[in-house]
Amino acid sequence: MYALRDKYAIAGIGWTEFSKNSGRTVRSLASEACLKAIDDSGLKVADIDGFVSFNFNDSVPAISVATEIGVPAARYANDFLSGGNAANMIVLTAAAVIEAGLAETVLCYRAMNGRSGFRLGGGRDLSAHGITQFTAPFGWITYPQAMAMWCRRHMIEYGTNSEQLGELAVTFRSNAVNNERAMQRDPITMDDYRNSRMIVEPFRMLDICLETDGACAVLVTSAERARDLKRKPVYITGGAYGGGPNQGEDLFDAIRWPDQSHNYAKYIADDLWRSAGMGPSDIDIAQIYDCFTYSVLMQLEGLGFCKEGEGGPFVQGGRIARDGALPLNTAGGLLSEGYIHGLNHVIEAVQQLRGDAGARQVADIETCLTTAGAMTCGSAMVLRN
Amino acid sequence: MTPYNKPLPAENVETKPFWDACRQGKLSMQRCKQCGHHRFPPTFYCPKCNSPEHEWIDSKGLGSVFSWIVVRHPVPRDVYAADVPYVVALIALDEGVRIPSNIVGVEPEKVTAGMRVRVIFRQVTPEITLPLFEPVPEQQ
Repeated sequence: MYALRDKYAIAGIGWTEFSKNSGRTVRSLASEACLKAIDDSGLKVADIDGFVSFNFNDSVPAISVATEIGVPAARYANDFLSGGNAANMIVLTAAAVIEAGLAETVLCYRAMNGRSGFRLGGGRDLSAHGITQFTAPFGWITYPQAMAMWCRRHMIEYGTNSEQLGELAVTFRSNAVNNERAMQRDPITMDDYRNSRMIVEPFRMLDICLETDGACAVLVTSAERARDLKRKPVYITGGAYGGGPNQGEDLFDAIRWPDQSHNYAKYIADDLWRSAGMGPSDIDIAQIYDCFTYSVLMQLEGLGFCKEGEGGPFVQGGRIARDGALPLNTAGGLLSEGYIHGLNHVIEAVQQLRGDAGARQVADIETCLTTAGAMTCGSAMVLRN
Repeated sequence: MTPYNKPLPAENVETKPFWDACRQGKLSMQRCKQCGHHRFPPTFYCPKCNSPEHEWIDSKGLGSVFSWIVVRHPVPRDVYAADVPYVVALIALDEGVRIPSNIVGVEPEKVTAGMRVRVIFRQVTPEITLPLFEPVPEQQ
């Protein structure tokens, strides 16, 4: 269990433009986000001594970013081979690295040309080696196709329907309208959702997240040091990373997973809440990993915001809107803001907890949950101001 | 005839017996010699007892639909444009393992949860035969 409650903090954040075609190298995007996070914190490049990132499709090694921005001595630089499941884990890892004395000031980043370069949604390696020899030959190749199989299980078990999925898409878009970073800012209606093209049943186009060129970076240091820096610290109160039995042979594979009607969230819930000393009712707003609409339902259920199977009705009726009881994905999420593999959720959490979210600011908040991952493994954090 | 352009399984030392069996019209899986646990996909060690000792047994090829999707948008387009809509399913075999495959011989709209299916084999290249599934006909 994460045992560093409030001992470390996010002291700076940075991000690039989120676009469909950056016209730039991934390394330069990573460097831009990192330089902005350093500037935001009030520290200098020379103060940075650690990097943690993750890569799955497109990315650049941490040492290349350290090289480009001229970090004098990167004492810890680690690239995890991971997908969205890692977007909170790298922040927890940064805290652990500092606690261990391996570094003092760690940048966590994710950078990719996810639209103009390596499109994660556009298909995978078709060579059908390893575990994919049992999936790709049947035309089961893309992540929307993978997650649609999960969604159907929830529909079979609990009667979850497309109107409930649509509620998520429409609500998150309404949040993106007020977000200058967001790639999709035009409001949509339930009719727009119903009329959106069926890609892979049960998913329509509007159930599927965006593909984005861009980068995000988060600077982690001790809470004690963060209190002396330029910005209001956002404390890493609790966190957890993991999943259940049979997490599979890669991030696509869930052939042996117990049941696709639930995901990693139920397996990390106890660790998460015990580490934070809180429960779901203590959470003011949440940024839930939404590579697809459906993944949000499993996480709300798994983390205990509602009972298993009740995620569909839970998100209906305005509860998750910006003025609702539990505002979700206040920047628009991966569905409407952009897909920086979940690290953009952490950026939004920090902005909200600092009170810097402008027109989309949710008033009077002290806690924000962030999650990362959709399938058999994932990570989550409780952040507070 | 246009060459087969879809992904072909790249068998390895663990999976070769499975694909060899498919070529002979058999759906096979591993059974642990120590604890009797059935497992799929193939692995070197039994996840229940960690024994590497196993035998390959023939499945009856019968199961039910655990979950399914209907692919409408072809990816990659040039490979699957002529195939959509097609059904990919997770099939719960009666022996207690799940296997991904296609459901053929039925309109995609008629696939239902728990639908009984049986294996058929389709040779796609001289080397590769894929196990597909079709609905079990209703008993007369």
